Amino acid sequence: MTAVPIAAPLLEARALSFLRQDEPVFAPLDFRLHAGELALVEGDNGSGKTTLMRILAGLLHVSAGELRWRGEPLRRDRCTGEILFLGHQLGLKGDFSPRENLRIAAGMNGRRDGLSIAAVLADIGLRGYEDEPVRRLSAGQRKRAALARLLLLPATLWLLDEPYANLDRTGIALVNWLLEAHVARGGAALVTSHGAVSFHGGEPQRIRMHD
Amino acid sequence: MNRAGTATACAAMLRRDLTLAWRRRGDITMPVLYALIVTMLFPFALGPEDTLLQRIAGGVVLVTVLLAMLLALDAMFSSDIEDGSLEQLVIAPQPLALMLGMKILAHWITTALPLIVIAPLLAGMLHLPTAVMPVLLLALLLATPLLSLLGAVLVALTAGTRRSGMLLALMLLPLCVPAVIFAAGAVAAAQQGLPWAAPLAWLGSALVLAIVLAPLACAAALRIALDA
Repeated sequence: MTAVPIAAPLLEARALSFLRQDEPVFAPLDFRLHAGELALVEGDNGSGKTTLMRILAGLLHVSAGELRWRGEPLRRDRCTGEILFLGHQLGLKGDFSPRENLRIAAGMNGRRDGLSIAAVLADIGLRGYEDEPVRRLSAGQRKRAALARLLLLPATLWLLDEPYANLDRTGIALVNWLLEAHVARGGAALVTSHGAVSFHGGEPQRIRMHD
Repeated sequence: MNRAGTATACAAMLRRDLTLAWRRRGDITMPVLYALIVTMLFPFALGPEDTLLQRIAGGVVLVTVLLAMLLALDAMFSSDIEDGSLEQLVIAPQPLALMLGMKILAHWITTALPLIVIAPLLAGMLHLPTAVMPVLLLALLLATPLLSLLGAVLVALTAGTRRSGMLLALMLLPLCVPAVIFAAGAVAAAQQGLPWAAPLAWLGSALVLAIVLAPLACAAALRIALDA
């Protein structure tokens, strides 16, 4: 009888820390994130939440400690296309409409099967604004245009830095719905936020950023 | 789930940058007008003497085109850094060097190509003989992509710094010296009825080298610029 291998966590951090000018930005962090799990990153302003997100996205290097992806050391080529990062800068071109912005993102990253850009934009609440240049949209609508990437692009791990910022009440519900659907189909997500998360699929894991 | 193929991604990138440039076509005309005005200044400053203008025509057009390209170089990555598009590009499951190569190509098409198109007009204002015109155009076709590629590496290196325009000029202009020497050398040789293929061959080989290496260097520099 062969032993059933225990599924390695999707993402695992071991004593992860980041130094900026030899000063640690946050204390060594340990956490594990399995497929189908949601983790909230909590901490005060300046506690390094965004820095952590940028490290996980592969934009910043790991100063000390280790990051493992599916049980193996995280390397850019192993997780390529599986991680979707949404930061404070939304990555939208102001001269392009939400539709054009999404088309570019899909051209770079691929897209989920059976989804059209028009349907995704309607789902995200931008019906009627598909062809308006993004620079003419309100901050909340821009955020929605960026969130549309979550629906369209194939990715296993979502890294969402303050996804609730600028959103109205229905927008917040929309993000929660997106997260639930993603987790239900076996995805995982790391979310930084100051509350506002109401998650029905069980209590999410909490990662505290210590100073 | 449809993963994006590299060819699709390249096409998307090229189309994106060309469309963006087209939406801001005013910015494209700026270097062209600049080159036109600078070239016009020479006859005013030196006098309308045919023989003198003819002798300097090739060099003046080359240097003017180079300076005009420098004007637009600064903007190559700045808007993408500001709105976070570059972060998304770095994370995207595509070879970054290839994507940046596409950006550089788009930049060359939108800034250098219009300048090459008006180059015969510029050279004509300085009485460059018509027979030499094809050599000048050939030299420009080889030298301008070289400048775009070298420039892109330096823009990537100075990406994080504020007021990088002047710094960029100071770094790029010395690197342009060989390109200017060979391009101007070919035009001068053609003007004197000498064989002009050798300097252009040098220019071509430098271009091939830059096409291979510059996007890689550019990608490495941008990763470092973002990792701060």
